[in-house]
Amino acid sequence: MSELLNVPTMADFMAQGKQPEVLFWVGCAGSFDDRAKKITKAFVKLLNKAQVEFAVLGTEESCTGDPAKRAGNEFLFQMQAVTNIEVMNAYEIKKIVTACPHCFNTLKNEYPQLGGNYEVMHHTEFLKSLLSEGRLTVEGGKFKGKRITFHDPCYLGRANNVYEAPRDLISKLEAELIEMKNCKKTGLCCGAGGAQMFKDAEKGDKEVNVERTEQALEIQPEIIATGCPFCNTMMTDGIKAKEKEDQVKVLDIAELIANAQDL
Amino acid sequence: MNYLPNVLFAIVLIAGIGYFTLNVKKLIRNIKLGNDVDVSDNKSQRWKNMTMIALGQSKMVRRPVAGFLHIIVYVGFVIINIEVLEIIIDGLLGTHRIFSSIGLLYGVLIGSFEILALLVFIAVIIFWIRRNIVKLNRFWKSEMTSWPKNDANYILYFEMVLMTLFLVMNATDVHFQAMNSGNIISQFIAPLFSGFTETALHTIERTAWWFHIIGILVFLNYLYFSKHLHILLAFPNTFYASLKPKGQFNNLEAVTKEVKMMMDPTIDPFAAPAEGTEMPAKFGASDVQDLNWVQLLNAYTCTECGRCTSECPANLTGKKLSPRKIMMDTRDRLEEVGKNIDSNKGTFVDDGKQLLDNYITREEIWACTSCNACVEACPVSINPLSIILDMRRFLVMEQSAAPVELNNMMTNIENNGAPWPYNQMDRLNWKNE
Repeated sequence: MSELLNVPTMADFMAQGKQPEVLFWVGCAGSFDDRAKKITKAFVKLLNKAQVEFAVLGTEESCTGDPAKRAGNEFLFQMQAVTNIEVMNAYEIKKIVTACPHCFNTLKNEYPQLGGNYEVMHHTEFLKSLLSEGRLTVEGGKFKGKRITFHDPCYLGRANNVYEAPRDLISKLEAELIEMKNCKKTGLCCGAGGAQMFKDAEKGDKEVNVERTEQALEIQPEIIATGCPFCNTMMTDGIKAKEKEDQVKVLDIAELIANAQDL
Repeated sequence: MNYLPNVLFAIVLIAGIGYFTLNVKKLIRNIKLGNDVDVSDNKSQRWKNMTMIALGQSKMVRRPVAGFLHIIVYVGFVIINIEVLEIIIDGLLGTHRIFSSIGLLYGVLIGSFEILALLVFIAVIIFWIRRNIVKLNRFWKSEMTSWPKNDANYILYFEMVLMTLFLVMNATDVHFQAMNSGNIISQFIAPLFSGFTETALHTIERTAWWFHIIGILVFLNYLYFSKHLHILLAFPNTFYASLKPKGQFNNLEAVTKEVKMMMDPTIDPFAAPAEGTEMPAKFGASDVQDLNWVQLLNAYTCTECGRCTSECPANLTGKKLSPRKIMMDTRDRLEEVGKNIDSNKGTFVDDGKQLLDNYITREEIWACTSCNACVEACPVSINPLSIILDMRRFLVMEQSAAPVELNNMMTNIENNGAPWPYNQMDRLNWKNE
């Protein structure tokens, strides 16, 4: 499969004197985490299918600085930001799409003040626009009638008020979209944000991801859909902790769309 | 001698309002201890937010039961206070129900006050039951120690007493009952006093009248010491709240300057700082003076309802962090600093304490997932997360005191541009895997 992926870099485009339509910001999780890499590939397959002229920064990409900033290290964040902005501005980037809500939030909201002004889209918003422009078509396929719930990533939902794009995509799959008791504005965090992903939780009586997984299991979904590589990890771990791997799958929206078409 | 009640009333009124003004000045002084922050943008959106959220209670009703009861008490409070105007005029001039001459409308007004008074009384009883009998979880969290619990109940008792006095005052007002207009509720209370002489009724009516107005003045002065301050501060607080997307954390300008300098190859790193260069600001916050004034206003506005804490993922899973406690601690420390300034002739003398560690522990600070659930939940647009972030900034940038795992994560970002120890040159390897 992998040899079919067409992933040009900005440097490739530059060499040909061309500009891509959009920069795909892969992010650290999407580049290095084994689970998240599958999401990256699923999204690339969709971009290829829709014949989107996109590019990645590849080895020129570096952490946006989000976890450093949320951990309180403003220095490191701004160093990362200024470096990335220099690279992107040199390539005259106008539009960015990313599958990570943390990168999305940082690029969209925290880079402009430092000189990085781009139109930034979450991959669910981007996929939705491809569908509405008719560049990509989705049929229910194997997810038709399945019970799917969407776990709102904090940095996509509450942080940036994107609630509908991922849900619209699920409904395009002709699946049964079911909501957890905490959803949208009151969605419960998976436990990974604010740099928690990289440390053990403080003493308590439960892990946050287990609490959230229990909320999901209450409504008996067949699939928990996510829009964030970190949420994906947390929910997958939660499902494992509850020993429900056989009944419930955790999949990114991009994977759902790609898998529906057997890409 | 006939003017004695008028004079007495004027003295009570001036004393009541005077002491309140004194405390409001102190309140403003304390809030101004915070750093400046620019909130001059987008005035129209700010007015809109204040109108919707504070005046219109739009976020209160997200929890329908509490929201509905709160609206009754809120509307009742605002409208019944029109009556206070009449009381003040009567008290100063020695008149009795000076507005009653407006005729039918007076009956309609007082009638609606009476209905509201009854509704407020009932709502307040339900509030009390929710707190003390049903014991809703959020009212019994660990930060709800004896004072916060008592404070909440005192407010409810105050309101019960004030509403009762208002209705008794009307019920024992022979003249008003005889008018038989507007006594919608009090006519049913009047029979309780049927055996009383006119003099006795008059005495009861006067007593209720006096206690009602004195009660209101005492309540007014109680505000500064109580969580009930939200009835005033909810308005400026919703006005000055951030208009940015919740995920957007501010970029520290002092850091931007230093980063730009570090990245600029033309700058001589060993050059002596130019004349008049300011000392770099303290990064982050360890005490209330390091916060900005909107954050301090937030602290005074908090009414300790606990909606934030009841939505906090850390708190829900038994961690020590409670966003409400962050706000309560900030206010308590700010009050302490204010008192320190008062007793030291206007300057703060180091008392060896600070907000961090003496009030808010590091364990609380590090438990936050920055999910914004608390910010979203607050009915009056308080942002506990911004205080948590500022304290993390202090811990990391001034003290290098992040948890070890976070230091590893940050070292990785510094060295190889990712929070994990992977080589930046391997970033595109996934393509061929």
